[in-house]
Amino acid sequence: MQTYLWLIPLLPLLTSALIGLLGKRAGKPVTAVVAVGSVLASFALSLSAYSLMKAAPGFRLELTYFEWMHVGSLSVPMGLVFDPLSCAMALVVSGIGALIHLYSVGYMWKDEGFARYFAYLNLFVFFMLTLVLGSSLPLLFVGWEGVGLCSYLLIGYYFETDYAPAAGLKAFLTNRIGDLGMVAGMMALFAYFGTLTMGDLLTKAGHLSPEVGFGVLTFATLMMFIGATGKSAQLPLYVWLPDAMAGPTPVSALIHAATMVTAGILLVCRLAPLFQLTPITLTVIAWVGAATALFAATIGLCQRDIKKVLAYSTVSQLGYMFLGLGAAGFAAGFFHVFTHAWFKALLFLGAGSVIHAMHHEQDLFKMGGLRKKLPITFWTMLIGTLAIMGFPGFSGFFSKDEILYLAYLKSPVLWLMGVIGACLTSFYMWRLMALAFWGEPRDHHAYDHAHESPLTMTLPLMVLAVGSALAGWWGVPEAFGGHFNVGQFLAPSLTFGQLHGAHGHHEGPAILLAAISTALALGFGAWGFFSYRNGLAIGEARAAKWPTLHRILENKYYVDEGMERFILAPIRWLGQKLWRVVDVIVIDGLGVNLPGALAGLSGDVIATTQTGRVRNYALAMTLGALALLWIFLK
Amino acid sequence: MLTNWINTHLLTFLTFAPILWGALLLCLPERQAYLAKLLGLLGTLGLAVVGFSLMLRLAPDPSGALFLEHQPWFTVVGLPVDYHLRLDGLNFWLILLTLFLVPLTLLGTWNSLKQRSGAATALFVMLEGTVLGALFAQDLLLFYLFWEAMLPPMFFLIGIWGGQDRKYAANKFMLYTLAGSLLWLVALLYVASHAGGFTPELMGQAVTAMPFGTQCLLFVAFAVAFAIKVPLFPLHTWLPDAHTEAPTAGSVILAGVLLKLGGYGLLRFAVPIFPQAALHYAQPLALLSVIAIIYGALVAMMQLDIKKLVAYSSVSHMGFVVLGIASFTVIGVQGAVFQMLNHGISTGALFLLVGMLYDRAHTRQIADFGGVAKRMPIFTFFFLVVTLSSIGLPLTNGFVGEFLILNGTYVSGFAWGRPMAVVASLGILFGAVYLLWMVKRVFWGPENAAEDSGTAHLHDDLNAREIAVMVPLVVLIFWMGLHHRTFTAHSEATVTKLLADIKAPSPRAVQVIPADAHPALHSDHGSSEEAH
Repeated sequence: MQTYLWLIPLLPLLTSALIGLLGKRAGKPVTAVVAVGSVLASFALSLSAYSLMKAAPGFRLELTYFEWMHVGSLSVPMGLVFDPLSCAMALVVSGIGALIHLYSVGYMWKDEGFARYFAYLNLFVFFMLTLVLGSSLPLLFVGWEGVGLCSYLLIGYYFETDYAPAAGLKAFLTNRIGDLGMVAGMMALFAYFGTLTMGDLLTKAGHLSPEVGFGVLTFATLMMFIGATGKSAQLPLYVWLPDAMAGPTPVSALIHAATMVTAGILLVCRLAPLFQLTPITLTVIAWVGAATALFAATIGLCQRDIKKVLAYSTVSQLGYMFLGLGAAGFAAGFFHVFTHAWFKALLFLGAGSVIHAMHHEQDLFKMGGLRKKLPITFWTMLIGTLAIMGFPGFSGFFSKDEILYLAYLKSPVLWLMGVIGACLTSFYMWRLMALAFWGEPRDHHAYDHAHESPLTMTLPLMVLAVGSALAGWWGVPEAFGGHFNVGQFLAPSLTFGQLHGAHGHHEGPAILLAAISTALALGFGAWGFFSYRNGLAIGEARAAKWPTLHRILENKYYVDEGMERFILAPIRWLGQKLWRVVDVIVIDGLGVNLPGALAGLSGDVIATTQTGRVRNYALAMTLGALALLWIFLK
Repeated sequence: MLTNWINTHLLTFLTFAPILWGALLLCLPERQAYLAKLLGLLGTLGLAVVGFSLMLRLAPDPSGALFLEHQPWFTVVGLPVDYHLRLDGLNFWLILLTLFLVPLTLLGTWNSLKQRSGAATALFVMLEGTVLGALFAQDLLLFYLFWEAMLPPMFFLIGIWGGQDRKYAANKFMLYTLAGSLLWLVALLYVASHAGGFTPELMGQAVTAMPFGTQCLLFVAFAVAFAIKVPLFPLHTWLPDAHTEAPTAGSVILAGVLLKLGGYGLLRFAVPIFPQAALHYAQPLALLSVIAIIYGALVAMMQLDIKKLVAYSSVSHMGFVVLGIASFTVIGVQGAVFQMLNHGISTGALFLLVGMLYDRAHTRQIADFGGVAKRMPIFTFFFLVVTLSSIGLPLTNGFVGEFLILNGTYVSGFAWGRPMAVVASLGILFGAVYLLWMVKRVFWGPENAAEDSGTAHLHDDLNAREIAVMVPLVVLIFWMGLHHRTFTAHSEATVTKLLADIKAPSPRAVQVIPADAHPALHSDHGSSEEAH
């Protein structure tokens, strides 16, 4: 009876194909209705899956359709799994996806490639839902690489430009580096457990005693984490995400903020019992996450492009999620995925609304004073800003606070890094808000033509704003008198197959820590706001005071230039040498053509004796006869 | 009556019908080129229909064969040679792939050749017959004859209808392959004289009695001949030239079918006859494969000519095939068998697409293009899908093959299995690098503004004929990616048995096929066996 649930991922796939084939002929209204409707239908079906899952034993529903791969002992079913984790994520993907689809109708209405855009976007929803719901690691990997493909296509959506295809290529290839980790991790897990089905894998892992030395498991989970750093833009593979802003803004909101980039966190949560067994990996994850959170936040301070600020902010927030995971707070990490999906989608869509109003102007230094012109955009973005900075009561407050608390329990240094990152986050967000919405307009022409966006765009903003304000109440931490409901909700997924039960509860000065970090964040937010409220003067003076630091931050630590020089250029050099030297000179020249030439040459040499002159032959005959005589007579 | 004869001599029919048909077409005068092309297409299409409809109905007999034709043929210096054709799990889909690709290629390159296109079609049809013969042949001398018979048609296709450097490429192709196969012939005759015949099972028995050093030498002689065909690094340098110079149809069949004979030969003959030596050389074979995977990809990355890029990508992809074989696990070897089919479909399709582009633009230099997507959206769609299959995106065929091979290598139990599997997985990354970088420079970006650029010559998108060629290939790409059992179920039993025999502790167990399954073998050659 639950078999119809395969429609959840398949509806977007079917409509993607339909739109791709017929969208141009059917016209924009039909395309829009089909595209938004299919994702809404997936959302409705996900709701029904949710209620079915709630009624299922162990909160787990596993459906298998057919055998995808089967060779020897390797068997991979094509199936879906519905448990609290996958249901929650499927609802986020299809729900926020539907809102962003709706927004896109308004944003892309005048674009020639309207149908192509929605074909890609629906294909993305299909792959993302496959990633979320797949019942085995290879099937998760289908979604994993599939969303990478859609990301490639959508970043490069404006394919007639130079920069967009380059950014798409960079995203795909950087992700593939991570995917190698995934493949290696899968091989190791298959060799160790003999299965790649999520359920079997975790059940078998649950039977292992935690005291065993797990060299192979540590290798496997580390490899999986490398995969996660690619998709979720962590150090050092974060470089593709800022460039990914070359795509249309709704794409940045859906793929590069709310859903796809959180796949790495989802992967770790999916395999939480395995990661639980490998403390070394968890420690690595925590430090990489904290470093990324801090590092990306510093770059966000000096960016001029409104989308670039948000992009580095996303990298930084993803770092927080990993910090939570690394502190063994899988639920806390996922909770931040959940709240971040709301407020970051909101901020990106708000930025898109600003860009739309300013006729594709993305430079913050050319904005200013838009508060009156774009009231809905302004107020909703304000809520998003309060959420991301962790203003008490707003969603980011609860999720970030839980992560910082767990980080403190792991190591106070991690906590400190997280707090500094939070202060910087608050600063650059208020800088962004002040530059865009306060002060005098710095580009009067664009300002005069600015207008609030249509309802298809503002409605999603308003819905997301409500979510950004309230989403945090799902998981009020115990320190604040709540029950951290997220944790209880996710527990069946996060402890699946484990015999050893959950870890004991730690104690720490939770309220005090929250008070410190919140007060600091508020202070830095105010500093950022008042520095830029009246224009650029204070900021420019500060830049002039520390020119080197400013230049380094503005140029993102020269990471791209360094990679080009020390990684890409040497690889190209190697390829060139392998071709021109090894292939052409060594193998072909010395191994093939030289023997060939020698054979030809020896033929030529011997051929010179064939002169056709009788006297030469007579001479040779005489010499030969003399030689024979001499031999016989000796 | 003819249907009756075909039903009992299916393999002979499939082999010699195209050879005779091609010879007939060769007799048509040049002005009848259109007729020759039409008859060639219809003939190979009919052959495919017969092959598919009859082969898919066959059920395996106890020995694992689906169809056998076996009778004594002649005796040379006391050694009996059999006319022995066999269809079983190992060659089943390779044969269907050949039957499928040939008419598709003829249709896809319908207007590519302007000169003497009738004769090219005729040679092409003959080539199909020789390939099928080599795939069917079970007796090694018969196999050798078909193996060599594949060369002349290809030699002429490259040498007459090729590009600028066609003579060099044709000679190189011919001499490279001949050099390998002459060495192999010597080894073959040596083993045959000890075994008293050319059947693999007799040879396998004889080899177990030889000193190990001799076995190794003989295996190397066999393996080199097959490695040249694959081609395996460092014996690959004939391939880029042959591919670049060959006409499109030649490249498609070269990549799609001819290269497969190398991997097939290893699995069918070299490994079963010399199991101990093969296991002994598993590591160097795997090492060369991994080098080929990475090396081919890095060199492909720097190519300036799209076709040459695809040619080098073949080196990389076929490296996976040999790696799978060298893993000596069911997963790996099955992956290798499947990867051979994948490579036939994906690389064949890539060569067809490059040919379609070349027919319009008359250049293949990457730098001559840019912005093709705007001019030819349908072509771009197909090219992208085939590219994704070639870089092994999940849900396409390429992923399943590479995934099986890598996993098979990882669990092989050899000490080198794990590190090599991890290093080989780099091929997945580099594959994406060279193909998608090329796609970016050719298809995306602003249109190439140069006066005489390739892009400027692109006026029409794919026509109905070209779409009709691409659609079945795309369907197959996804079918194979979603349900590989259709294509690997036949070979699973064969491969499992082969590996069980190799790894069996008793050397006497090394027998390809149980002897009692072939009463004819004993009754006909009993005397010569005893006499030896």
